[in-house]
Amino acid sequence: MLRLWFHSQLQLGLAQALVAALAALAVVLLARRRNIHLEGETVIAMVRGLVQIVAVGSILVLLLRAPRWTSAFLLAGMIVAAGATSARRAKGMPGAFHVSAWAIAFGAGSIIALMTSMGVIDTAITSLVPVGSMLIANAMNTNGLALNRFRSDVLAHAGEIETALALGAEARNSVSPYVQASFEASLIPAIDSMRSLGIVWIPGLMAGMLLSGARPVYAAIYQFVVLAMIFAASGLTSLISTLLIRSRVFSSAEQLLLQPGR
Amino acid sequence: MSSIQDANSIILRTEHLGRSVHDKLLIQDANFELRAGEVLAITGPSGSGKTSLLRLLNRLDEPTSGTVLVEGVDYRSIEPRELRRKLGMVTQRPYLFPGTVADNLRFGPAQRGETLGPEAIKELLAQVGLKDYAGRDVANLSGGEAQRVSVARTLANSPLVLLLDEPTSALDEAAKLEVESAIQKVMGKQGLTCVVVTHDIVQAARLAKQALVLESGRIVRAGSVEEVLRA
Repeated sequence: MLRLWFHSQLQLGLAQALVAALAALAVVLLARRRNIHLEGETVIAMVRGLVQIVAVGSILVLLLRAPRWTSAFLLAGMIVAAGATSARRAKGMPGAFHVSAWAIAFGAGSIIALMTSMGVIDTAITSLVPVGSMLIANAMNTNGLALNRFRSDVLAHAGEIETALALGAEARNSVSPYVQASFEASLIPAIDSMRSLGIVWIPGLMAGMLLSGARPVYAAIYQFVVLAMIFAASGLTSLISTLLIRSRVFSSAEQLLLQPGR
Repeated sequence: MSSIQDANSIILRTEHLGRSVHDKLLIQDANFELRAGEVLAITGPSGSGKTSLLRLLNRLDEPTSGTVLVEGVDYRSIEPRELRRKLGMVTQRPYLFPGTVADNLRFGPAQRGETLGPEAIKELLAQVGLKDYAGRDVANLSGGEAQRVSVARTLANSPLVLLLDEPTSALDEAAKLEVESAIQKVMGKQGLTCVVVTHDIVQAARLAKQALVLESGRIVRAGSVEEVLRA
């Protein structure tokens, strides 16, 4: 229907964005009726997301002729931004930003470096930046889920953790069940994505490859490659962040710093 | 509490102990000492700092002033895990770990690489009146039984001082008497040095010989139970 009214691609894109945003806002209004208030956060996230992706799209156009090494700077910037975003899911946890940034840098960064060196990801900016950003974004989400779950578990089980400490347990052992649970929970989306690939969803990258003329079988295999890389990057990020954060919730005298009501 | 004349037997001494959080004073200038075998009750109204003081004693919280001497040694120079084994704590709620009663009793010694044998488990459980409970799942225990297991679990670490934080406040009257009787039995049999936090002054009189009263984080009275509670 929109195609009848809008003939230029830019106008059509903006109209499509508006309709999709209205659908998202309708959900927010439904949630509001149940006293769940997501209005501010959702509107800010949508506006930010739109502005950022348009900005990146414009930069990518400029970078098409830039040297390949500039990809590294772009990806490094994305890692820092991803660290800051997912650290917000861990309110009150000391050092959440540093933990997130290092975990995403090592987790997603090492998989990007390995896959690029093996030739799985092409070194051209137009390939490395979008695929790399997918790995970083998924690592960010996984990291946010892991930290959020760990924070909730520690707050809910402060009594059990302090009981273990009072019985002479090492700080890291006193939270090990919650570290494990956070790691497992954070990987559920990545595992489910892989499990349902092709049945529940056909990802955008594959659709894009098909539209640009790639062979369907290669496009399908490459989609699996991307999801496997996402799983590796997300899993490694979560593993690192949950290991790093567990020591941050204790003082040097093995006292639990993250407590309900503090 | 005791005079300083018999300093050799002093197990625990606080020196100007205090803690403040965000400019709020939780404990101020607490000075007291405890000799081997003594039982000290800490009483006072809700919010007076009783639990805060107990948490400072085994360093679950960090003092912002003063210190604690354990057998004459500043407790900051003792490794936290070893300190907490020496000053064993029983919390208001038992917080048992999933598994059997025996698994819970083995937890503390296992942290030091030691294995608690079946005989030792049986003996510890007998002390708290739960002789045949070793194989029971903790999910099936009553509140009073769970608290007694919690006491036995702390004793499994052979503590120098037993710290009890309102051990019966979350229990009904019958369970309260069961737990109190188990604690009295342990105290009597082992001659264990104890600090009991309680808001129940009658219980304080039953369990302790010495008492101190806290108000707004300050010790306002201290001495023998009779003197303190009569005042």
